[in-house]
Amino acid sequence: MTAIDLRAKRSWRSTKSQLVTGLMIAAVVAIFIPLAAVLWSLVERGGGIVVAAFPDFFTEEIPQFSRRAGPGMGPAVVGTLLATGAATVMAVPLGVLGAVYLHEYGGKDRFARVVRFMATVMTGVPSIVMGLFIYLMWTIRFGFSAFGGALALACLMLPVVIGSAEQMLRLVPNHLREASYALGATRSRTILTVVLPAAIPGIVSGCLLAIARAAGETAPLLFAVGAAKAFNTSVFHEANTALSVQIFGNAMDVPAAQARAWGAALTLVLLTFLLTLSARLITGRFAMKR
Amino acid sequence: MEIAIAEPARSPRPAVGGVPIERRSAPVIETSVVFELEDAEVYYGAFRAVRGVTMRVHEKQITAFIGPSGCGKTTVLRALNRMHDTTIGARVGGRVHYHGIDLYGPEVSATEVRRRIGMVFQKPNPFPKSIYDNIAFGPRINGVRGKLQLDEIVEKSLRAAALWDEVKDRLDKSALGLSGGQQQRLCIARTIAVEPEVVLMDEPCSALDPIATARIEELMRELKSRFTIVIVTHNMQQAARCSDRTAFFTAELDAKNDQRTGILVEYDVTAKIFSNPSDERTENYITGRFG
Repeated sequence: MTAIDLRAKRSWRSTKSQLVTGLMIAAVVAIFIPLAAVLWSLVERGGGIVVAAFPDFFTEEIPQFSRRAGPGMGPAVVGTLLATGAATVMAVPLGVLGAVYLHEYGGKDRFARVVRFMATVMTGVPSIVMGLFIYLMWTIRFGFSAFGGALALACLMLPVVIGSAEQMLRLVPNHLREASYALGATRSRTILTVVLPAAIPGIVSGCLLAIARAAGETAPLLFAVGAAKAFNTSVFHEANTALSVQIFGNAMDVPAAQARAWGAALTLVLLTFLLTLSARLITGRFAMKR
Repeated sequence: MEIAIAEPARSPRPAVGGVPIERRSAPVIETSVVFELEDAEVYYGAFRAVRGVTMRVHEKQITAFIGPSGCGKTTVLRALNRMHDTTIGARVGGRVHYHGIDLYGPEVSATEVRRRIGMVFQKPNPFPKSIYDNIAFGPRINGVRGKLQLDEIVEKSLRAAALWDEVKDRLDKSALGLSGGQQQRLCIARTIAVEPEVVLMDEPCSALDPIATARIEELMRELKSRFTIVIVTHNMQQAARCSDRTAFFTAELDAKNDQRTGILVEYDVTAKIFSNPSDERTENYITGRFG
């Protein structure tokens, strides 16, 4: 009986496979290096001031004279939460409803196509242009406020939320909708009880991405929010500030201020991370059973 | 909408020494007409998928649609509970009457139609929810709120679908954890939980193994006493085993525009279709000469 050889033979195909595997590993490393470097420099340079004045860095007012070393970033944390929070309240419901219209009702209608095209165009508008737009339409008339910034951020978030939510609705298999219709459910009932629960984890991911991007936006906030140094808990009145604005301002100042800028940057990353984490935990309860 | 509720008409099953006689030989009795189709046709946009369907579906019997792929069996089935409404460009023509009422009349609500005429699909399609919530979905959208009442409906429906014993200890677990055959029985339970009058089944066994198929067929024979059943099947033996009446469809090539349109060739009592069909095309199909 001749022995059969089942071992892999060296061929051009297996060489190609190894080559491409190597390239993919290199690509993963190439992506990982800048990410790790950013996180490391944040912790290295911003960690000091945050830990030295923990937890006062997050709660103290910003020093009136930027040359004075030390905390804090309290007003900027409040400002960022107010502006992105208000923007989320405006953009997420509107965006998800828009996506439901586009995918579940509009389909290939002329109007739906126009809306979809406009949303795509809106995605491409640079944030500074959006800031200028809000400055002309709102800030000149009503003055600096967190709400002005929120308007600009909402305009930036809206097309992202619409786009990602529509994509997620498209992923809900049609046979689930049919199962619901076959039981005598109306279209709105089907959307509320079957389609949205099935799509919710993806929709939340898309919204989180939009919120995280908005929280880091600087240009539109410079126009609309101002750069106050004292606490302002009002959404609609008086100039406010934000972490991104403080990073921008302090980074170009004396070393003591630069340290604060790094601290603010670390705070911003931590804030986004906490937001993502809590949203994931909450949606875990809403999501349908897989 | 007034519907005369006829006495449940059961086909007599004479028994010899306690052993029921092979069901196929039992005479098919006339029960009241549920669906009456006359020259029914379905269009997808400009394309005519099926034409000239004239038939009567009888109450509390199993009616089977057989025929080769692409002959419009499923298309006709979906016309019976207005599922085509959800497809853009689909249109049903001719007459489709349900207990004498035009299903496509201006005052008829598609959701009310589908509440009374349920559907089980080819691929088991449970919602990604718990087993309990799958069954309770229909009753809930129809306004049943009480926990006790829902519990009762869930148990009754699962028992009727011969699934209760297998799932009673894990009602709160995901329905997607069930096997294919169990999922399909869950879908049947979900359909009968809203107490429909008719159950339409679109190749319910095509994704199942022979044992699961046998269970579904047995289930269909049990459900026949309560519901009118219309089933599309690719499996001729299945039609011969379970149904009282059989409709044979085939596709006809239109030489003018090179399109295939489905037509109803023959509709009769199942025993007749399988032993002595009137149409040559039916005979060729059931003897395996084509399709």
